[in-house]
Amino acid sequence: MKSIKQFALGTAVALGVGFSGAMTTAVQAEDANYVPLLTYRTGPYAGSGIHIANGMHDYLQMLNERDGGIGGVKLALEECETGYNAQKGVECYEATKGKGALVYNPYSTGITLQLIPKAGVDKIPVLSMGYGLSAAAVGSTFPWIFNVPDTYWDGASVVIKYIGEQEGGLENLKGKKIGYIFLDAGYGREPLPLLEQLAEKYGFELLQYPVPGAEMQNQSSQWLNVRRDRPDYMVMWGWGAMNPTAVKEAVKIRFPMDKFIGVWWSAGDDDASAGGEGAKGYKALNFSGVGADFPALNDIKKHVVDAGKSSTDASTIGSTLYNRGVLNSVIIAEGIRTAQELTGKKVITGEDMRLGLEALNLDEARLAELGLKGFAHPMKVTCEDHAGSHPVFIQEWDGKKWRQASDWIEPMTDVVRPLLEAAAAEYAEKNAPWPARTEPCPN
Amino acid sequence: MFYREAGQFKTSYKADQALFPILQDRVGLAVILITAFAVIPALANDFFLTSIMIPFLVFSLAAIGLNILTGFCGQLSLGTGAFMGVGAYAAYKLTSIFPDANVIVMVLLSGVFSAAIGAVFGLPSLRIKGLYLAVTTLAAQFFLEWCFIRIPWLYNYNASGAIEVPRREVFGIIATGAEATPLARYFIVLGITVLIAFLMANVLRGRIGRSWMMIRDMDIAAELMGIRPLQTKLMAFAVSSYICGVAGAMMVFFWLNAAEPSSYSIRLSFQVLFMVILGGLGSLGGAFMGAAFIWILPVILKFVPGLLGFDLAAETVEHATFMIVGALIIFFLIVEPHGFARLWQIAKQKLRVWPFPY
Repeated sequence: MKSIKQFALGTAVALGVGFSGAMTTAVQAEDANYVPLLTYRTGPYAGSGIHIANGMHDYLQMLNERDGGIGGVKLALEECETGYNAQKGVECYEATKGKGALVYNPYSTGITLQLIPKAGVDKIPVLSMGYGLSAAAVGSTFPWIFNVPDTYWDGASVVIKYIGEQEGGLENLKGKKIGYIFLDAGYGREPLPLLEQLAEKYGFELLQYPVPGAEMQNQSSQWLNVRRDRPDYMVMWGWGAMNPTAVKEAVKIRFPMDKFIGVWWSAGDDDASAGGEGAKGYKALNFSGVGADFPALNDIKKHVVDAGKSSTDASTIGSTLYNRGVLNSVIIAEGIRTAQELTGKKVITGEDMRLGLEALNLDEARLAELGLKGFAHPMKVTCEDHAGSHPVFIQEWDGKKWRQASDWIEPMTDVVRPLLEAAAAEYAEKNAPWPARTEPCPN
Repeated sequence: MFYREAGQFKTSYKADQALFPILQDRVGLAVILITAFAVIPALANDFFLTSIMIPFLVFSLAAIGLNILTGFCGQLSLGTGAFMGVGAYAAYKLTSIFPDANVIVMVLLSGVFSAAIGAVFGLPSLRIKGLYLAVTTLAAQFFLEWCFIRIPWLYNYNASGAIEVPRREVFGIIATGAEATPLARYFIVLGITVLIAFLMANVLRGRIGRSWMMIRDMDIAAELMGIRPLQTKLMAFAVSSYICGVAGAMMVFFWLNAAEPSSYSIRLSFQVLFMVILGGLGSLGGAFMGAAFIWILPVILKFVPGLLGFDLAAETVEHATFMIVGALIIFFLIVEPHGFARLWQIAKQKLRVWPFPY
């Protein structure tokens, strides 16, 4: 026993010495554009996070392998594991920002909220693609935050619009009951102000079913309430393990699946397939391509996945969330390319990247050039509008895979935009003194 | 030989009552304080300050708070996270009601609110003990977390349900918000932590601290000797919650800048409880050592493979860190159930008799 105690003491001393000795110094590769990827492949949200992480990593890695980077400069990629945890996310941010980071993709509304005030100070833009703070779309208040192609409020308005179409017109929503089941965190609560406003405007009743993050794999009580309340439609804002659980529960209570619509983050293949045959008809919003039938995805398969330079399972290429990750990286890559064109520099900084993102113009011709024709709706960022309220479509699960079930649907910009501006003004007021925009506008 | 107190005579009551009667302790503490106040600010980079030192100090303070309740007064609590949350939300409300007030004062005041709530939830401790008390504090945890989510007034009706710390200046220096330099935040956190630690070191060796320890060791005997259990236990709950509340407020004001209710979940309670148990129940120094082990070790471990030239994926490192830290916790608890504080005492004894072990 004595020797064990001595060993324990020795270990403690060694750890103590290790602490003082392990002051790390950042190693920055010269002549490379450094893109940190805040990802999560562990924890309760890994089920969704892994596909996103793979998609983001593989597209950028493919550019490195196929084209030697962007504009002749390689991309230095580094993943940092956040576990969807805000504290760890901030730790990742602090650990990587000193290495010349160009842009951050937190993939968590919680982490995004933490980074929003820091972005302008550290001069590194945040790209929260289709998540985060909706109000950040107002570029004059939030010059450093980009949430192209859509905010949650755009998404929520499309859902209501689609339901209205099913009912034969928005005026027919009067007296209907629409249930909203959401992850009880910043993410799930974000669309509430808009949904409440629309409920008032169109006269439907909004029923709320919050799911606490800790209990997202046990939603029987929420769905029991759904069965009691009998809403006409269910709308879901879920993520991670919450999605498959909700689909399973909906099947269990025999909720009509064609009246169950998830946001674009509840559109994973694993989410829908969890419900088995019964999940047929489950719908979800989407803004990134369905399937793997795109030249760029074939290039990823050839240069990265088959070459063993990624941990991606080849069969997941083309799944909704993987494609979402790819689209995220397309926006990063196009931002870098645009910034290189604007500044004439090859190795750019975060400030240049901000210009590049603000001048982003991903039109149909460019998408085709990238080998992604029809992969996404053409998108454009302006200095005033960092989201752009781009159209999204509804996809439907046919029991085996997703297929597109509607045309591109425009969000209700007339309702969303004034709300966004009011929210941005409120944010600036609450966080007074919020810095006024001084950044130049590239277009 | 290194830690010999032979020859250090105490010739007055004052010397006998000193907080650190041994010269080596005084020198050691002076070295630690000089390191903390001068060497680290001079040498450390932003990452070291914001991701290692500031969280470490915040957790140390929270561990001190829980140690007072669990280690010194013997009342097991699982509500630490919620009490920290009360401090955070109180400080947030205070600074939005009084935007021009000194934010350090607001942080220190916020502890008063968590002290009051802690005392209320401490009331059952008069009748129930041990694990049963842990269950009632667990109820406090869930109830308060529910409040943080369900009472929008607490987070100023923010759509995302999070509290975001606005920019505040203290004596002309930006102390909170994104523009605050890590150095400024570090000095504030360090100052508050050191101040409260010294205050507690003195309280614990005085009448109040001794009455807590009497309650812990045998409450019936303590009662027979004239210690009033109600007041003593409630005071322990209040003081402990005050310190936890200040730590929670510092956590959001000087470290995270924004917090969701999930930041103050049961996970945080357990994290702080493990710090206390690993560091050593009933030891202030142990609180610091426990916090260092639970917070700093995983952060450092993540960089080890990179330093040694291994190219591992981020998630592999994460999994490995989980396993190594978990194994070390089990290892240390098996060989020394009394925590790092006891290991430090053994080390001191070894240094004393070196090089002639017996």
